[in-house]
Amino acid sequence: MGEILEFIFAPILIFESWRFGMEVVISGLLAGVMYSLVALGFVLIYKASGMFNFAQGVLVLFAALNLAGFIGLGVPIPLAIILTIGIMILFAIVVEYLILRHLVNQEQIILFMATIGLAFFLSAFGETIWGSEVKKLDVGIPQGRFEPFGIQIQYLELTAGAVAAALVICLAIFFNKTKIGRALRAVADDHQAALSVGINLRTIWIIVWAVSGIVALVAGTMWGAKSGVQFSLSEIALKALPVLILGGFESIPGAIIGGLIIGLGEKLAEVGWGPYVGGAIEDWFAYILAMVFLVFRPQGLFGEKIIERV
Amino acid sequence: MFYREAGQFYTTYAKDQGIFQLKQDKYGLWGLLFFAFLVVPIGLYLLVQGGVMAGTTKDYLYNSILLLLLVNCMAAMGLNILTGYCGQISLGTAAFMGVGAFTAYKFSTGMNYRVQKEDNAGELVSTLVPILPQIDNPIALILLAGAVTAIVGVLFGLPSLRIKGFYLAVATLAAQFFLVWCFSRVEWLYDYTSSSTIQIPLLKVLSFIETGTITFGMPDGSTKAVSVSGFLVAGSETLKVPDGAKTIVSASGFILTDFSKALSSPDASRAVTGETFRIYPVPETKYIFSLAIVVVFAFIMKNLVRGRIGRAWMAIRDMDIAAQLIGIRPLATKLLAFAVSSFFCGVAGAMLLIFYLGALEGAEAFNINESFSILFMVIIGGLGSITGSFLGAAFITLTPIILINVQPAISDVFQDKALVEHIQFMVFGALIILFLIMEPLGLSRLWQIAKEKLRQWPFPY
Repeated sequence: MGEILEFIFAPILIFESWRFGMEVVISGLLAGVMYSLVALGFVLIYKASGMFNFAQGVLVLFAALNLAGFIGLGVPIPLAIILTIGIMILFAIVVEYLILRHLVNQEQIILFMATIGLAFFLSAFGETIWGSEVKKLDVGIPQGRFEPFGIQIQYLELTAGAVAAALVICLAIFFNKTKIGRALRAVADDHQAALSVGINLRTIWIIVWAVSGIVALVAGTMWGAKSGVQFSLSEIALKALPVLILGGFESIPGAIIGGLIIGLGEKLAEVGWGPYVGGAIEDWFAYILAMVFLVFRPQGLFGEKIIERV
Repeated sequence: MFYREAGQFYTTYAKDQGIFQLKQDKYGLWGLLFFAFLVVPIGLYLLVQGGVMAGTTKDYLYNSILLLLLVNCMAAMGLNILTGYCGQISLGTAAFMGVGAFTAYKFSTGMNYRVQKEDNAGELVSTLVPILPQIDNPIALILLAGAVTAIVGVLFGLPSLRIKGFYLAVATLAAQFFLVWCFSRVEWLYDYTSSSTIQIPLLKVLSFIETGTITFGMPDGSTKAVSVSGFLVAGSETLKVPDGAKTIVSASGFILTDFSKALSSPDASRAVTGETFRIYPVPETKYIFSLAIVVVFAFIMKNLVRGRIGRAWMAIRDMDIAAQLIGIRPLATKLLAFAVSSFFCGVAGAMLLIFYLGALEGAEAFNINESFSILFMVIIGGLGSITGSFLGAAFITLTPIILINVQPAISDVFQDKALVEHIQFMVFGALIILFLIMEPLGLSRLWQIAKEKLRQWPFPY
């Protein structure tokens, strides 16, 4: 009986050593911030076009590949960032021109499949140009860690947290205070109504894809600085999916809070339960957590209430 | 002119409800089955015998293309039931196939579990203890695999009552990642081997594997020979040449051996007693068996989807609340779709292990890309169409094979292996997007258009 209780409460028992517990919590939360950064890009596109953009993960990889590639060529960092942003904007235009405008009014699943095709294409394209070896990405984020109260915190993780906060504030200002932002919100609310007041849907799509490309660049830079730029980046990005359904597809705060819950939950589970069942439960814990959560709240934490009519 | 209903009358209700409304369709299908079951194996055999085609080419055709194609057809049918007919998107197909494969493996090896005991020297000795008799009948294995997968599928389908659309798709990812994790972490599943690989043992149907020794009328009267005969379906096994045999001569029935390896010594008088040789099934047997399974399940599926059950599925797909109002129970209907779909996927997984791969590593063979490629098959083939499942499976299976085979031509230009691989991926991705733009309803829609055109031919309308 005691053993069973010990197993059930294992994630809580790690706080017996509170420093270790706090380290797990902090690294979990900051991993969650990383997931949130990827999830943000999903949310932007889903809000504006109802498109479940599977390629967002590859977009993260693509952006990071470009940045690392330019820096590798000896381009100064600020210029490399500007160049990469330029490429992401160009990419948005090309995607709109070649794919999106041909798929207007198609069912969601068709759009979804098209983005998977795009993901295939883009990951191979990026690696064709920049090569498939693991690249270091150093944009001047301080390495190392500091230890307040004996708790170890990586500078990189702190930076990621700060950047995520800054990004969310920027997006909030962009969405709420600018004309384009208002247009974006209008499109998200109702496509037809937006069209009827003269909002150009195609321009909006380009802007949304470009913005989520830039968000992908931020996410890619953070992930790349943490673990190098490599193909597995696009797979880590799959973790953004449970974050999304936890937070709700349409909600930016949902993406952030969902990310924190997922990051924290899976770190605690891994440290607590992992040793009992053979480890690597991080691989699936987030998904099961999200699935169980969905059973009780199908629209996610902050998703719009699903109203069904016949 | 030739393809129309003129002159064909239905005089009974049974006829009116027949699967094929046109005689031409019916004859076409019989022709296709005749071609697949008889013309392909016999034709290929004759081509090889006639020296037109190399024996290795034939084996490549069977082992690398046709068998894979059949497995994919099966899996695509399974997913099409769930996604195409019942409208529930699933990204966990590969994991369900994996459940089927591992079930087949566990039943074929007798559900071993490990007993660890300390021996006299105090060291841990582990032995595998079977709890069930080993099943060596592939049909029984495949049905068991389907049944177990159906149960697992229902478990993961339970949330589908509350969750819909992409939320459900992501929830099925939970099945994908959790099950694949099990395939590499739950040691019991792969009999505690260090490589977490599973290998299907020898499977046979109807008949026997007989190895024996025959005494030849050699001058000294002592030379014996080994003969192997039987009807082998899957797996392969290393056998020992029985005592006293000096030369190996014959293999008959549906069985192949590599006697030549055991007989590598040019010295004919050398005793071969104790040497080993492998026996394995001829590819034709595997092909015919897989084909028969696919045909039977396609027939079952066709009759399911055009009956009450299928109509309930489609009602749920088209508008679940309206379906509920006309008295369809959503939970039971959705769970039934999950069960039947998983059954098909489980069968596909068992076929993958038994017929196509023989041995596999769960985490690698059933990863998420496999799930996606099956979803591609269903979408590109056409949602809610059995013909579409076949066409889509053919498209997705054959495109990479064609791309690989034109690779030498590309390699000459680029000289870089990784680059060529990337180009393949790019072409594949671009093809998929192009396809979705040009015909979002899939290949089955093209097939329908062709049939309509054919009915009016030679008139424009």
